[in-house]
Amino acid sequence: MAFKQVSSPHAHAAQNTSQVMKLVLLATIPGLAALTWQFGWGSFINVVLASVTAVVCEAAIVKMRGRSISFYLGDYSAVVTAVLLGLALPPLAPWWVVVVGTVFSIVVAKQLYGGLGYNPFNPAMVGYVVLLISFPIQMTTWVAPLALLPAGAAHPGLIESLQIVFAGYSPADGVTGATPLDVFKHSSGLLVDQVYDREPLFNQAMFAGAGWEWVNLGFLLGGIILLSQRIFTWHGPVGMLGALALMSILFWDSGSSSSPGSPLMHLFSGASMMGAFFILTDPVSSAVSNRGRLIFGALIGVLVYVIRAWGNYPDAVAFAVLLANFAAPFIDNYTLPRTYGHTDRRRATEKEED
Amino acid sequence: MSRTWVTPGGVHPPENKHQSVTLPIGQLPIPEKLVIPLSQHIGAPATPCVEMGQQVLKGQVIAQAVGMVSIPMHAPSSGTISAIEHRPIAHASGMLAPCIEITTDGADTWIEHQGISDYEHIAPRKLLEMVGNAGISGMGGAGFPSAVKLNPGRQRPIDTLIVNATECEPYITADDSAIRERAGEIIEGIKILSAILDHPTNIMIGIEDNKPEAIAALAPHVEGSGISVVVFPTKYPSGGEKQLIYILTGKELPAGKLPADEGMVCINIGTTYAIKRAVIDGEPLISRVTTVTGDAVGTPRNYDTLIGTPVRHLLEHNQFDEQAGGRVVMGGPMMGFTLPSADVPIVKTTNCILAPSYAEIPDDDPAQPCIRCGMCAEACPVSLLPQQLFWYAQAEEHDRLEAHNLFDCIECGACSYVCPSNIPLVQYYRAAKGDIRQAREEKVKSDHARDRFEFHKERIEQAEREKEVKRAARREATQQAKADHLAATANGSAVSSAAPSAPATPTGAVPSSSAADIIAAAQARAAAKQASPEDQRAKLERTIASAEQRLKMAEEKLAEAVDSDSGKQDKLSAAVENTRQKLEQSKSKLAELAE
Repeated sequence: MAFKQVSSPHAHAAQNTSQVMKLVLLATIPGLAALTWQFGWGSFINVVLASVTAVVCEAAIVKMRGRSISFYLGDYSAVVTAVLLGLALPPLAPWWVVVVGTVFSIVVAKQLYGGLGYNPFNPAMVGYVVLLISFPIQMTTWVAPLALLPAGAAHPGLIESLQIVFAGYSPADGVTGATPLDVFKHSSGLLVDQVYDREPLFNQAMFAGAGWEWVNLGFLLGGIILLSQRIFTWHGPVGMLGALALMSILFWDSGSSSSPGSPLMHLFSGASMMGAFFILTDPVSSAVSNRGRLIFGALIGVLVYVIRAWGNYPDAVAFAVLLANFAAPFIDNYTLPRTYGHTDRRRATEKEED
Repeated sequence: MSRTWVTPGGVHPPENKHQSVTLPIGQLPIPEKLVIPLSQHIGAPATPCVEMGQQVLKGQVIAQAVGMVSIPMHAPSSGTISAIEHRPIAHASGMLAPCIEITTDGADTWIEHQGISDYEHIAPRKLLEMVGNAGISGMGGAGFPSAVKLNPGRQRPIDTLIVNATECEPYITADDSAIRERAGEIIEGIKILSAILDHPTNIMIGIEDNKPEAIAALAPHVEGSGISVVVFPTKYPSGGEKQLIYILTGKELPAGKLPADEGMVCINIGTTYAIKRAVIDGEPLISRVTTVTGDAVGTPRNYDTLIGTPVRHLLEHNQFDEQAGGRVVMGGPMMGFTLPSADVPIVKTTNCILAPSYAEIPDDDPAQPCIRCGMCAEACPVSLLPQQLFWYAQAEEHDRLEAHNLFDCIECGACSYVCPSNIPLVQYYRAAKGDIRQAREEKVKSDHARDRFEFHKERIEQAEREKEVKRAARREATQQAKADHLAATANGSAVSSAAPSAPATPTGAVPSSSAADIIAAAQARAAAKQASPEDQRAKLERTIASAEQRLKMAEEKLAEAVDSDSGKQDKLSAAVENTRQKLEQSKSKLAELAE
């Protein structure tokens, strides 16, 4: 009798990385549903188009690297990146915008750095920023939310949407419009209350901008599902949302004409919730310890507010996340947990400095 | 109920304990051959004290302890010594180690033995000796000799005795079933321990809440004894010594310290039973309760197994189906190691033989990339960052690994258990620890070598410096002599008139031994007696003249040699010195003669 030699532990939990990724995909459904309900088929087309592009790119690179395609596609990480990018892009953006962004995300930001687990920057956000800088017009043209469509008008149907995306048809008048964050960026001279009264985006809304509040609630719901499944810990999201809320309270300025907007608007507009639960929780490019992730999240929250309030871009999650990605190794150096039996936490580079 | 504390991390793998507790502890027929490894414990291996072919009785010492940290081995049954040689043992590496094989005679005849019942009136030192002589080492974990553990130098008194009945590994029920059936004897053993330790104020049995029958079995025996049974929620790895200490006391064992340093002793509950048998019954540790379980065996249950029983014996008596599973594990599914073959023997630390089916424990899937999801950090019971350790282990960054407290890893396997990418993390840590230990040893060696080399260099340089000082002194002396000579010639005075000034030559600058002086003087006196003063004077004057001539030549040669820096310097300067001394001798004789 000769037995197999295997090192301990012999027991393993059932969960695997593919399942984690699939769960993340499932958790985006409430957000995607809200986007589709409020802004039409555009986001859905983005997601599908990005996913197909991502799978093709990933397969091509994995093949070039001489690895097993089925093994590496089986982890679903490429699809997750694509879905997140697709959700972040403006609905009804031309097809080539989606394709260029996805190719950049998968090929440059992910595979050229060594593939899953080796990318220092969030691939979806790299793709997004490349697009935002290269094609500002396409990237800042948003569809108007359901409530703001002209009377009797509707979002283009699936076929019409496909024509707009692939054949370059122009959407009907009134289908595109500003976002709540755009409104505040360009609302100088008006008190916050006045903005809320005059702007249909706000006077048609519950608390944070028509359509957008639903989208953010959708992503919040998805995030809570992932938290309850322990896919990630609360530290990153709470760090970001807490810092964003704190900043918007500190600079609320009683709703004066120079106020960058209310805390509720900042938390439930733009990519706040999606960023907090789906973007900065990307474990590969974030800080590693719980304390590190709290600081990492808070840094993103502060940066998002700073760029929104005083920068040139209406939303800033992508820039904030990439800047924080740069800082992650530095944060890691100072946020090691205190190990059992030790009185102090140590620094990662402690021994090298002796 | 006592308060308990909650450790960070931990996992809840399927317990799978119910399978092996349906039947009471069983007895196996005595195996034909028993193989007793000489090292079943931490410390020095025991030395055989039996010979080939010798008859031994059950309980007879067959190998003696060597040194302080060691234990003796006893014959688990009566029979004949049939081999003393290297055999495969229960070790993760599958290595061979010295063992004694006994071919049993089936009679199971005990050697004469006797215990004591009034242990309360026996000196703790005597009780400790009994524990040591019974060959008892820790039966739960690493197998540390119990007598050593219980006698921790007494730097500080032991105020807390923790009895570990946690048995947190899935599948294993050896302690559980032993408590159910032997609670009275176990408590007796704890009381003996208490006597040995001079009655600690706090005696706690730590047990997880998944063993209600065992807890109930202990209850009547601990009543009024001052021993408390502390029940806490089941979580792996609560049974680690450090974890249990924290759960029961809220104190962390400082890194690098032993429980005894903090006034605590932590001992496995199976060991307390062995201590009872040793003291009260006078029986050495020759058997233990071992769980045989897993779907590849027909009847999972516990056996009172003789130490040295080949695993094959246990498996064959349990309808082991070799085709059903690929591995046989000694220990549990979290920290146990796979056996190379069924020939290895049960040792004092073997609490479980697990033969899982493929369905229970399938072959590992290939590892996927680490995405630093952090589930491992959430599971780690000592608050490490396993994902970072993994990356640094791959990169062999030893400094980073140590800064991340790699050596505080208890290798519990919780990180690998939860890893969604199925990375064998613990294996990486074991390898990295080994590499670092080896690097440390090599550094010590190379430091030694460097020290030696530097000392050698320093010694050579020192010798060179001393020689240089001597050389300089000689050179100076020579120059002085030359100058004197020149001055003398310039004055035009005769050699004879210069003679009185001869003693003024700086003989003091050249260290010459006084013994040589005495001999020279004696020789001079003898010579003086033999010849007339005139003859002597003439002879000496000739000698001086020729010596001066030789000295001059030698000095010239030396100067050449110094200029060309050839290796002859030493020889030449010695020759010059020699010549000069002769010259001086002659001069001083001449002076004596003149008086």
